[in-house]
Amino acid sequence: MLILNLKSTGPFIALCLVFLLGVFVNEAFLSSGNLANILARSSFIGIVAVGATFVITAGGIDLSVGSMAAFISGCMILLMNALHQSINSISIIICIAVFASIAMGLLAGLINGLLTTKARIEAFIVTLGTMGIYRSLVTFMADGGTLSLSFTINDVYSSVYYGDFLGIPYPVWVFFSLAGLAFVLMNKTIFGRHLFAVGSSEKVALYSAIDTEKIKIFAFMIQGFCVSIATIIYVPRLGSASGQTGVLWELEAIAAVIIGGTALKGGYGRVWGTVAGALILTLIGNILNLTDMVSNYLNGAVQGLIVIAAVVIQQRNGVQAKS
Amino acid sequence: MNKPANLELIKAVRLHKSFGPISVLNGIDLTIKAGEVHAILGENGAGKSTLVKLLSGFEHLSSGSISVQPMNSEDPNDLLKRAVWDQRTAEAQKVILIHQELNLIDELTVAENMFLGVERLTQFSLFGLRFLDRASMDEIASKYLGVLKIGISPSDKVGDLSVAEKQLVEIAKALSKNPRVLILDEPTAVLTEQESRVLFARIEELKSDGVAIIFISHKLEEIVALADCVTIIRDGDQVGCFNVSELSKDDMAKLMVGRELSKLFPSIPEPLSKAEFAMSVSSLEIDGKDPVSFALKRGEILGFAGLVGSGRSALMETLVGLRKAKRRVVFINGSEVFISNFAEARANDISYLTKDRKGRGLFLEKTVAFNFSLFALKQFSHWLLDSATELKALVKALNLFDIRVKDLKAGVNKLSGGNQQKLLIAKMLETAPQIIIFDEPTRGIDIGTKSQIYRLLAELTQKGCAIIIVSSDMNEVIGLSHRVAVMRDGQLTGMLEGKDINDVEIMRYAVGLKKQ
Repeated sequence: MLILNLKSTGPFIALCLVFLLGVFVNEAFLSSGNLANILARSSFIGIVAVGATFVITAGGIDLSVGSMAAFISGCMILLMNALHQSINSISIIICIAVFASIAMGLLAGLINGLLTTKARIEAFIVTLGTMGIYRSLVTFMADGGTLSLSFTINDVYSSVYYGDFLGIPYPVWVFFSLAGLAFVLMNKTIFGRHLFAVGSSEKVALYSAIDTEKIKIFAFMIQGFCVSIATIIYVPRLGSASGQTGVLWELEAIAAVIIGGTALKGGYGRVWGTVAGALILTLIGNILNLTDMVSNYLNGAVQGLIVIAAVVIQQRNGVQAKS
Repeated sequence: MNKPANLELIKAVRLHKSFGPISVLNGIDLTIKAGEVHAILGENGAGKSTLVKLLSGFEHLSSGSISVQPMNSEDPNDLLKRAVWDQRTAEAQKVILIHQELNLIDELTVAENMFLGVERLTQFSLFGLRFLDRASMDEIASKYLGVLKIGISPSDKVGDLSVAEKQLVEIAKALSKNPRVLILDEPTAVLTEQESRVLFARIEELKSDGVAIIFISHKLEEIVALADCVTIIRDGDQVGCFNVSELSKDDMAKLMVGRELSKLFPSIPEPLSKAEFAMSVSSLEIDGKDPVSFALKRGEILGFAGLVGSGRSALMETLVGLRKAKRRVVFINGSEVFISNFAEARANDISYLTKDRKGRGLFLEKTVAFNFSLFALKQFSHWLLDSATELKALVKALNLFDIRVKDLKAGVNKLSGGNQQKLLIAKMLETAPQIIIFDEPTRGIDIGTKSQIYRLLAELTQKGCAIIIVSSDMNEVIGLSHRVAVMRDGQLTGMLEGKDINDVEIMRYAVGLKKQ
């Protein structure tokens, strides 16, 4: 019984352990400023990873999310700068850009979904392709440099990232509300059940009258939507986008999903596990910043070790639970 | 390798096997002699498959012993008790098991599958590396395929074969290993009678060559026809080992279930002659085939007979929208309906139970509840899923269909075949369909569960459901159907009624001797 419990509570126990580690390493860790910073930073990867939970549960994978975020960022900045010539109200400009961002995210997800289902190309290949396309488009749009948002707009827009409600930054509210919605969608709706079914076995799903293609396309569109939301709160942070924006986000998002206990082969997803995974990854980066024991440059190595350890623990639990 | 008959090849004493706290076999004694066909009979879940897995080293004994006559020795005193009896030792001693589940790799050819792990290599070598000798592997493979009279080539991809052909490839693979003891776990479950007969002829030949055969089957007539002695097990206990000539089929059935069996096929009243047509298929056209049409009354059971590969499942899957049709004109209760996918069939009160329970019917890793409610989810959901209603419906169905589940949280792969089949039925009936298509409803399940399913079919007709049964079990088709449609090569070759429903007549249409 304990082992079975460990399987579902593992990511949260790990999160607590990493948190305790942070407390021991440096007093500054517990300062409200640092904690708010950790939560806000984890929300980008976290929101993207919530979307990735859907795609991976459906048995797919999306490598294009980082480039997609960069491309949408670039488009938002160009759009807002252009609208600034003709529209005076900055809040209207931002609203238009937000809607455009969501539309682009959904469209990008739809394209990935249609290519994997209707054209029957492996999700890995499709999203490897779109990853390259979006990355090169944003580099092209920035002419190899950086796209910057007009200062007057950024002055208003920056409160979306830096502002807070009840002392908690807006991005964190967005992150947790989105995760709550995603949890309900995945665990309490027909769509969620169908998602598990498609990821478990497409054949059985078909013979249970499930439109497997529709489910997979929806999963990619949810991923696109999440990327657009992450972008909307990311743009005001720096007010710029370049060819380097969102690099390796796809791997961090997948890592968060895996640490959270979602099966990479599909058929089982845990939204709150993913949230814990994203927090763990950000915490590790933060702790390495606060300590001299391990160089901050080794952040990637520590994260890599944690991902591998998470999978080893899950597999061993799986074996024990079966026998 | 002619061995004297009656030489004891394997002596198993007090075999005991438990998985965790659950005891599956409680002390089975078994003596396997050269040149003898030894049948093992028992209900599903009685422990038959576990027993043969112990004998072939795929599972390890909890207690007891297995002794073997060493190869190249005919002295009964040489009988060796093996300290370790695992799969490798068993294979080395030429004790070969053909599993109930197919263990072939779809992407490889027939010959590659047959020689998997024991590949033949060429004589010539390059820097000490030798190469696969495809020519000789293909040649040996085609020799054994020929023996079984299968019309497939060693270079065919296994993924392209039918289930029956795959089963025959497994048998050919086992034969190519020159077994001393050949164990067949329900080999005929997916074979037609024709194919079974070829297999039986081969088994007789092996027997006269001194090979010992261990044979699991649910089909009593096969055991009577083939076996010399039969070991009957019930709930892991050995009921006894009998000479087949001393028992009637009825005796065997009684010993197996431990109770009197009521008549296997319930009597199902004919539908009223003026009963309305529940469904009429006026034209169902699959690419390259003539259109098929038939009609079905409320309260009627229409059987579909034919050899494996005659296109019955393909026809049904096309009807319900699981496959693309060139033309599909279907009337339900007199009005035309359009079905382009399975969900639309469900919306028109049609349900289809696949014959591939494990590959297409159920998610083996998922729980009973997940599997049960998937086809009828709308009934358990408004905006959100209502797990309380879902659980209530599940408990009701478990009782109604007598599905025995030890652990509701475990995957359905922990259930016996019979319970899995009943779960599949419960899943596909939860939407209360009016037209139900059963594809091989009792394949690979025990006689007790079979009779439960037959009684269920009778009840459904009483409620006015129209039922189609596709089955390769001739007795089942004859015993249940009001009318029998016979198919061959994707065409409907005959529609039999009344006295015409008998195995000779059905076979004539099935093999193309007759056509209406």
